[in-house]
Amino acid sequence: MEVTITINGTTQSHDVEPRTLLVHYIREHAGLTGTNIGCDTSSCGACSIHLNGEAVKSCTVLAVQADGQEVRTIEGMAAADGTLHPMQQAFMENHGLQCGYCTPGMVMAASSLLLENPHPTEQDVRLGLEGNLCRCTGYHNIVKSVLAAASA
Amino acid sequence: MIPAAFDYVRAESAEEAISLVGQHGDEAKFIAGGHSLLPMMKLRLAQPAVLIDIGRLTDLSYIRDGGDHIAVGALTRHMDVETSALLQEHVPLLAHAAGQVGDPQVRHRGTIGGSIAHADPASDLPATTLALGATYVAQGPNGTREIAATDFYKTFFESALAPDEILTEIRVPKRSGAGWSFQKFNRRAQDWAIVGVAAWRSNGDAGVALVNMGATPVLATSVSAALSSGSSIEEAAELATAEASPQADLNASIEYREHLAKVLTRRALQAATS
Repeated sequence: MEVTITINGTTQSHDVEPRTLLVHYIREHAGLTGTNIGCDTSSCGACSIHLNGEAVKSCTVLAVQADGQEVRTIEGMAAADGTLHPMQQAFMENHGLQCGYCTPGMVMAASSLLLENPHPTEQDVRLGLEGNLCRCTGYHNIVKSVLAAASA
Repeated sequence: MIPAAFDYVRAESAEEAISLVGQHGDEAKFIAGGHSLLPMMKLRLAQPAVLIDIGRLTDLSYIRDGGDHIAVGALTRHMDVETSALLQEHVPLLAHAAGQVGDPQVRHRGTIGGSIAHADPASDLPATTLALGATYVAQGPNGTREIAATDFYKTFFESALAPDEILTEIRVPKRSGAGWSFQKFNRRAQDWAIVGVAAWRSNGDAGVALVNMGATPVLATSVSAALSSGSSIEEAAELATAEASPQADLNASIEYREHLAKVLTRRALQAATS
């Protein structure tokens, strides 16, 4: 069936099976591979994107459920001239990534967190990123990056 | 990772949803937030032939003051239940429990109606609403009916909802001023509770329900009865397992679950009493 989604400001339509996950629509039909798949159980959050301005796990949404709605992926966070989003800048400056696999999901989840809670405590950040797993960093610099972005 | 194939239809109203499920019968499942159903479908533990999307029935997303109760529409998302000023004032136990479900991304999609209709004894909101003495409102082809939470849960993933009924509203009695606590014991962030306890108490009255201690959420009536007849918290908490039939799994043995139920009940009652 025809599914139309506005991704990073561009409205596009693709004919997909109803069982197509939003993450597969984004990666395989829209060609945006910055969003990663890291698990089979809706746990890791590497697939996190913004649906209508809120972080959701795109592996646990059907593309058809997002028909007619707005999606922002990691590719849509930097400005058109390439200037990094403050969250991306903060991750860069605070060594918030090692292998980088969880990072797109972390940036999307953290930026959504700051929209809802602009001045989080460290505990707020740790709880707010419960939906995102990282195997490399031990989370310490991720939390530092998010707090830095909050005070930027 | 990829669900089995299915046909998809979107309902524009509760009436249309009921009519669609009437047409397709056993083959059809409702999907709202999909954060219980889709994970099962991705593992092919569920393979409905037809999905009826009720996720856009925004008319059923509301939190209203109903006088002696708060009425929560079934399509209200966990995030909205968690942050509701009305619930934080009148039923803070429910607002808090909703904030314990999964993680923020899950709470942006999952709904209270979906969680209750899914009838998983390991979910947080079935036990919480059971402890609070909630009533659920169901709508079917022949009209609406009210189902007490105590009559709702039959066994794992099975409720009193008829196949052609849709849950529309959850009514939770106001417990303003009651002490309360939600104890969710798990080892990893965002995990289901290995065991959980939802408790409130006010004057001589109390409600205590257990998460993941049986085939349904368990109302610990022995605990509340003991408290009413003057037992100490420690004595009452010892009765936590009286109505429970916990299972063993990868996370805990039966004995460990029983132990957890008593400890968490004691902690919950202490927190609800301080």
